[in-house]
Amino acid sequence: MSEYLLQMLNISKTFPGVKALDDVKLEVKKGEVHALIGENGAGKSTLIKILAGVYQPDPGAQFFFEGKEAKIRRPIDATMRGISIIYQDLSLFPNLSVAENIYIGRDSDKHSWKKVDWALMEKTAKKALKELDFEIDVSTPVEKLSIAQQQMVEIARALAFDAKLIVMDEPTSSLSAGEVEKLYEVIFSLKKRGISIIFVSHKLKELFTVSDRFTVLRDGKYVGTYHANELTEEKLITLMVGRKILYEKNKEKAASGKTLLEVRNLAKEGNFKDISFELREGEVLGITGLVGSGRTELAQAIFGINRPYKGDIIINGQKTVIKSSEEAVKKGIAYIPESRKTQGLILRQSIINNISLPVLKKLKNKFLLINRRKEIELAEHYIQSLDVRPPLPYRAAGDLSGGNQQKVVIGKWLSTNPKILIIDEPTNGIDIGAKSEIHKLLRGLAANGMGIIVISSELPEVLAVSDRIIVMRHGRIAGELGIHEATQESIMNLALLGQKGKIREEAQL
Amino acid sequence: MKQVTLSKENILGLIAIGLFVLMSISVPGFLSSNNLTNMMFQLPEFGLFALAMMVVIVTGGIDLSITYTAALAGVAIAILSSNGYPMIIAILGGIAVGLLCGFMNGFIIAKIGVSPILVTLGTMVLFEGLILSITKGNSISGFSPEYTLIGNGYYLGLIPLSIIIFLFVAILTSVLLNKTVWGRSVYMVGSNPVASLFSGVNNSKVLMKVYLYSALLAAIASIIMTSRYNTVKVDLGSSYLLQSVAAAVLGGTEIQGGYGKVIGTLYAVMIFQMISSGLNLMGVPRPIVTVIMGVILIAVLIINFIKVKADENKQKKLAETA
Repeated sequence: MSEYLLQMLNISKTFPGVKALDDVKLEVKKGEVHALIGENGAGKSTLIKILAGVYQPDPGAQFFFEGKEAKIRRPIDATMRGISIIYQDLSLFPNLSVAENIYIGRDSDKHSWKKVDWALMEKTAKKALKELDFEIDVSTPVEKLSIAQQQMVEIARALAFDAKLIVMDEPTSSLSAGEVEKLYEVIFSLKKRGISIIFVSHKLKELFTVSDRFTVLRDGKYVGTYHANELTEEKLITLMVGRKILYEKNKEKAASGKTLLEVRNLAKEGNFKDISFELREGEVLGITGLVGSGRTELAQAIFGINRPYKGDIIINGQKTVIKSSEEAVKKGIAYIPESRKTQGLILRQSIINNISLPVLKKLKNKFLLINRRKEIELAEHYIQSLDVRPPLPYRAAGDLSGGNQQKVVIGKWLSTNPKILIIDEPTNGIDIGAKSEIHKLLRGLAANGMGIIVISSELPEVLAVSDRIIVMRHGRIAGELGIHEATQESIMNLALLGQKGKIREEAQL
Repeated sequence: MKQVTLSKENILGLIAIGLFVLMSISVPGFLSSNNLTNMMFQLPEFGLFALAMMVVIVTGGIDLSITYTAALAGVAIAILSSNGYPMIIAILGGIAVGLLCGFMNGFIIAKIGVSPILVTLGTMVLFEGLILSITKGNSISGFSPEYTLIGNGYYLGLIPLSIIIFLFVAILTSVLLNKTVWGRSVYMVGSNPVASLFSGVNNSKVLMKVYLYSALLAAIASIIMTSRYNTVKVDLGSSYLLQSVAAAVLGGTEIQGGYGKVIGTLYAVMIFQMISSGLNLMGVPRPIVTVIMGVILIAVLIINFIKVKADENKQKKLAETA
């Protein structure tokens, strides 16, 4: 019998327009803790979802479990074979009891009319919890438990299903230090019993604490599998980032005009803390960091829709309190959100109605009615200047491709003549050609005097458009890099470790 | 090449015309001036409630307190007139009371953020209770003779005044919804409140005005009803509550918000009115009329649903081939 519990070979997954996984492999030995690691968007979640039966891989994939070829078509197939996934945002039923949550999902197809065997349910739940050395009243509703306790319930559920492989997706992201220790103990005891664990995390230190081997993914491709003793944190980062450069690094010199926006000691409970920076006329400031590092929350605070916060926002030298998005627009701030489809556009409405929305008040005629002709002219202007295709102003925004939708969102905000443009993940889910078009557009806008903040997880993108880069980590600014000193490695060092290495010392001199 | 498309509203319009022709031929007395004026007197009150409800539903909400808002406004008018205040003061007082009801709904829904169905269910009971404690369950009358003209009088001795008021409100609503910043925002908030907020729209101001507007229309409906019946009771117009939701939805308004037109609602109200009057003339008992209305409503909603699904599939196929 092969030494591997799980072998996933030749795994590819194509979504419309994007190849999320390209010939990836993942091999997990019996009783090992296997770290799966990569940047945001490297394909970790897609791979896990294929393992879980949520997605089907492209044809040609090979999948072996316990040495035999396995077909996993639905989530229940994975569960039945002993593969349990514990997602980051736990998937328990909050108002059901611990016992019900552990027991749920069995026999549900065949015997849905049968009476529930409460005694058996309780016994199963207690047994699984005992194996974890975790004491809790099984009749407690899950919503009354802490996140760490809920996680234990999830693990107990996996055990109750005789799991042979447990996948933990960012399991420590909301645990305290003590709870993390306890989780490590559980992981080691599971390992001793021959259960394999796939551990997905961004925290390099803890990966080295628990993992035996590492599989690294980058841009949907397989980089390699390594023993823990062959790796160091620095080497791992280099593997994750790679050497490949997609776009040319920005070489233009920022015209450093007067300060447009100054943020002083901005803080919001649970979002971000101690945030201070400046944005000047004509510069592009990149803000990066891992997803969840507080970047988006910060942007939304500046735009007046994440309130209340502590600290000061100073616009054009004047301390300003922005209470709503309406006021932010009046102050010349534009915010292009991360999700085009749910936050940026109203998909069922026409391109015209989307573009004019933030400036409708300025399009009123003397009878206080919307001047439709002016409105159409406005839309046509941006359709032309941004080259939206197809150039049909009456088309519903939802009918356009991702890149063209993003152009409509940009057009909508340019129509407000903003002084400050904050753009969150500007090219998320857009094809390469449209990406560099948008990068060029942003540089051009800055050259005309706009102050732009680009929030992005894509390091090549940050390097391609920014004049300065702020790296956030756990809601704080981990460091700031000038474009000349910034590299993908130096950014990842800050984002993952909070270290700037040599660069920080120089800056302090 | 210009294409004539069969929108939901155009289909409804054709159905309304077809129904009118059918009723005229098959129901004796349908075309009599007596029946026609009858219909014109009954239509405005129902139509006003339906328009009010439509505007609220476009934002994704609902106003269950609408008929009790009207009744409370009616009570205010009755009390003011029976205490000898001039008609105009009484009317303004009634409208003010209606707007106060709307403000209460708007404040709790738009500023605090409680869901509309719960808020208006609560205010419905509250307003009902208020009316009962004021009227002790009795009906109040004592409106001035010139006041009763509003609901019973004719313009040029031919067209009921009330239907002129209704048509004026319908046109006003259409202009407000289609041509003003507020109206546009109503559709935007109804389509996607997150995106409208992220676009600098003050969602809560938009919603506040929506509930004020629906209360205003309810107060106008109240004026027409009280002057027509010359009396006001706690259940004034209460049968229109769910009918107005039905009319708005039959008229093409999407219950989850984002879409709805005045003209569609108008056609729907006319269809309801013609069926009800026609069946009445044929001597069909009232309960059976209600059964038939229910069946028609369900049938239309199913057809609508199937049409939407078919359109979605067509869109998907287009997107795949593109």
